[in-house]
Amino acid sequence: MGFLTVLKKMKQKEKEMRILMLGLDNAGKTTILKRFNGEPIDTISPTLGFNIKTLEHRGFTLNLWDVGGQKSLRSYWRNYFECTDGLIWVVDSADKRRLEDCKGELHTLLQEERLAGATLLIFANKQDLPGACSPEQLKEILELDQIKTHHWQIAKCSAVTGENLLKGVDWMIDDIAARIFTLD
Amino acid sequence: MSSFKRDKKEEEDGGGNPFQNIEKTTVLQEARVFNDTTVNPRKCTHILTKLLYLLNQGEQLGAKEATDAFFAMTKLFQSRDVILRRMVYLGIKELSSIADDVIIVTSSLTKDMTGKEDLYRAAAIRALCSITDATMLQTIERYMKQAIVDRNSAVSSAALVSSLHMTKLAPDVVKRWVNEAQEAVNSDNIMVQYHALGLLYHIRKTDRLAVTKLVAKLTRISLKSPYAVCMLIRITAKLLEEEDSSNDSPQFEFIESCLRHKSEMVVYEAAHAIVNLKRTTSRELAPAISVLQLFCGSPKPTLRFAAVRTLNQVAISHPAAVTACNLDLENLITDSNRSIATLAITTLLKTGAESSVDRLMKQIATFVSEISDEFKVVVVQAIRALALKFPRKHSVLMNFLSAMLRDEGGLEYKASIADTIITIIEDNPEAKEAGLAHLCEFIEDCEHTSLAVRILHLLGKEGPRTKQPSRCIRFIYNRVILENPTVRAAAVSAMAQFGATCPDLLENIQVLLARCQMDSDDEVRDRATYYSNILGQQDKSLYNSYILETLQVSIPSLERSLKEYAQNPNELPFDMKSVPIATIPTREETELDKHKSEGMIISNGPTKPATVSREENFAEKLSAIPGIAELGPLFKSSDVVELTESETEYFVRCIKHCFTNHVVLQFDCLNTLSDQLLEDVRVQLDPSEGYSIVTAIPCPKLPYNETGSTYVVLKFPSNDLPNSVGTFGAVLKFIVKDCDPNTGLPDTDEGYDDEYMLEDLEVTLGDQIQKINKMNWAAAWDEAAATCVEMEDTYSLSSMNTLEEAVKNIVQFLGLQPAERSDKVPEGKSTHTLLLAGMFRGGIDILVRAKLALSDGVTMQLTVRSTDGDVAELITSTVG
Ligand SMILES: Nc1nc2c(ncn2[C@@H]2O[C@H](COP(=O)(O)OP(=O)(O)O)[C@@H](O)[C@H]2O)c(=O)[nH]1
Ligand SMILES: [Mg+2]
Repeated sequence: MGFLTVLKKMKQKEKEMRILMLGLDNAGKTTILKRFNGEPIDTISPTLGFNIKTLEHRGFTLNLWDVGGQKSLRSYWRNYFECTDGLIWVVDSADKRRLEDCKGELHTLLQEERLAGATLLIFANKQDLPGACSPEQLKEILELDQIKTHHWQIAKCSAVTGENLLKGVDWMIDDIAARIFTLD
Repeated sequence: MSSFKRDKKEEEDGGGNPFQNIEKTTVLQEARVFNDTTVNPRKCTHILTKLLYLLNQGEQLGAKEATDAFFAMTKLFQSRDVILRRMVYLGIKELSSIADDVIIVTSSLTKDMTGKEDLYRAAAIRALCSITDATMLQTIERYMKQAIVDRNSAVSSAALVSSLHMTKLAPDVVKRWVNEAQEAVNSDNIMVQYHALGLLYHIRKTDRLAVTKLVAKLTRISLKSPYAVCMLIRITAKLLEEEDSSNDSPQFEFIESCLRHKSEMVVYEAAHAIVNLKRTTSRELAPAISVLQLFCGSPKPTLRFAAVRTLNQVAISHPAAVTACNLDLENLITDSNRSIATLAITTLLKTGAESSVDRLMKQIATFVSEISDEFKVVVVQAIRALALKFPRKHSVLMNFLSAMLRDEGGLEYKASIADTIITIIEDNPEAKEAGLAHLCEFIEDCEHTSLAVRILHLLGKEGPRTKQPSRCIRFIYNRVILENPTVRAAAVSAMAQFGATCPDLLENIQVLLARCQMDSDDEVRDRATYYSNILGQQDKSLYNSYILETLQVSIPSLERSLKEYAQNPNELPFDMKSVPIATIPTREETELDKHKSEGMIISNGPTKPATVSREENFAEKLSAIPGIAELGPLFKSSDVVELTESETEYFVRCIKHCFTNHVVLQFDCLNTLSDQLLEDVRVQLDPSEGYSIVTAIPCPKLPYNETGSTYVVLKFPSNDLPNSVGTFGAVLKFIVKDCDPNTGLPDTDEGYDDEYMLEDLEVTLGDQIQKINKMNWAAAWDEAAATCVEMEDTYSLSSMNTLEEAVKNIVQFLGLQPAERSDKVPEGKSTHTLLLAGMFRGGIDILVRAKLALSDGVTMQLTVRSTDGDVAELITSTVG
């Protein structure tokens, strides 16, 4: 094996990121994933298990994992924690009744050792709906300021209109890249 | 030089299988790389292959190991490598039954099965169905329906076959896909059409009318797929067998028309179906047989094999038709395919004349060493049939068998030979001496312990009655010197039989037994001491009870009773009489067992565990009912007696369970009215003289199409044996609640009383008698002369025309067990003696000798010896 192949391999690896997308069911995870990938978003049924998409973006290879959020599936999340570089937590900003549940799940998740160090992006989704909470309101309700273990940011967005999706993801990629690729 | 050779061999062995040395733990460790951020398809495919290899070698994974491997494997969905993905499907299928939470891949698989990549779709369906349960199935139902009618035939077939598997899990869901299956039957693809018919039939098969319609419709159009036609032939044949319609129905015509189909497979299937139909007449048979005859001459070995195998199977039921193919079969006896040759010869043996036996046996002898054990067993079975058919040929056949015994062969093969020799000996007294001699020789060099033990047992039973018993003893004693403990112990028991039966050998036997008491094995020493002591008593009746006869009780019951006794220590000694007696299989059952494997390549193993008798099954059920447990051990359960016609509103059958002083009548009732719910169902009896009713246990509820049981417990007339045989009037009583046939729910809470007349019920003599198998009837009879009461009477059985008929009726009427094969009447005799043994309830021994003479009807002198005079009298008086 020559020097060149070793180099090439390292490069390929460096540019790959594993991103885990979680949140309660019906938050819009699958819709966001499809929107990214340019697929139609009108025939989405609840996720029985997980979806995985690999996309190229800004020269990075993103492996996006979308695991179903129904109560019965949440116990499986842990199977997908390993090697996660970034965590996207999707919130249905209009579903106020479930925000307590949402807060609980998020904070439990962040205790998880295997997710330590992962960049956290919170998508305040469904901003197009009337009555949707603003990111500031969500920050309060979800007690985001208590998070000290992760780099985090909250971004408002809408999977239906596509608003702000890219911006949020780009922040995340920058944060991960700064962390991983500045080491050498 | 030699070491070099070995190295080379090792190299070859290792080179053949790259996976030879892989280990489970290593592979599971390697499977962790599935979790890496970047998937390396080649590496992962290789690891998955190893994992699948291990699983297919029977390696067991624990639930945790399997689940870890499974979830690691789900990470591989991020790779788009086609080969890897297909390996993942296989992995899912293998692990789905062991790992937990496998439904996690549902979404991924549904996506693949509906996606654009055709290479994924069929396999994804199969994997999906392996992880789906009944509730999940509803959520993927839509996709399954679409897949069944998909244009891609692989997808459609996969969906159809998976649906068939899913019917086990969720029959009701799959039933809803009948329209799609129907559409798929019209497919142009031969496999899709076949699979669709399979599913369609499976969905409908419980509905006879629907199947009839399906057959009617499909036999009219011509299906394109030969596989589907074969399946249709099978369905049609089954229908013909079940329905009592005559064979000139359109259904039979369809099968017959398939004899002219262009596909050989279909032609064969049709011929096979016709010859196997029970009611086929010889005229209908002829075209089917000519097809098979034609196939016998085919250049394709598969066709020749199929044809000759079918002819072999029906040789017994349709000998004349098969004889028509004799010439063709003769041509096949030298076939280079030995399986075909074997079947051809055994078919000829089954149908052939006595004169051809020698020639055919010689032919087999030329290649018997080249065929596999299972075909050798076929040959042995043919010989058994021959020996029974042509008793005079016993010496040729016996010599042949003994030569086969000396050959190499597995246990099953050797056991089938020994079995056949034993059958011949039992059936044909003339063959006995030669047969025993062959067996003696065989055990000199028999490596199968179980077989040696059986033969030793037989020698112990039959050897003492040969012309020169001392010859056998030498062979038996050799076993004590040369064999393992199990065989030695059996040999000791066999020798004791000689000591008990042949007084002039007793002294020698005692010397041999004394030597055995020095054996290194406990069991051998124990037996030798036991027998030696009993033989030392010189008491005939001790010999009978403790050497010549075997235990009459059922072994599993004895074990259970002893366990119970040991757990609840009791001052009373253990009572052997409290253990139920072992049931003796009827002659028909034994014959059936033997014939089942006749002509078939597959035979069931030679040994069976001790069977649990009908009584023991009932005893367990009955003891759960209050009031019945106190009656003591169940003595005998009668056959089922029908008390109504089978097609009536209420179908009632009765089983009579006899205890020492009581009889429990079990009435099994079936409610066939869909608009009635029955409650408090019971039978009102009009007991015959002397009987008293102890309790009656009603059946609380009897919904439509269910069988429930109600019981009546009766006490036998005390001190009045003659009246224990009696007739009862019976009426079924119950409360009717009218109900909605669809829901089965009653319309109102109010019901009304109703009743239904049943046929009269008899408690017979046979109901109170259990069969006992006497190994040595004559010895027991002699002993009984001193200890028993004897009753004798002479009868004229004017309605009987033959001795066989008389024997059959007497055995059935008395419910006793024939001994010494005396139920078999030798041909051409005008007198015969039938020897019977049994036990009356309460543990009373019965021996019966019936001397029969043929003279304008049959005359019978019946002698009964019993420990109880009343029982003896009951028997002589009931016969009259
Ligand atoms: N109005 C609106 N609806 C959305 C948005 N994102 C998702 N949805 C809807 O929310 C529902 C749940 O979406 P899904 O992606 O399946 O949620 P998941 O369970 O998190 O994967 C679907 O009916 C989507 O059409 C959004 O930004 N705006
Ligand atoms: Mg989803």
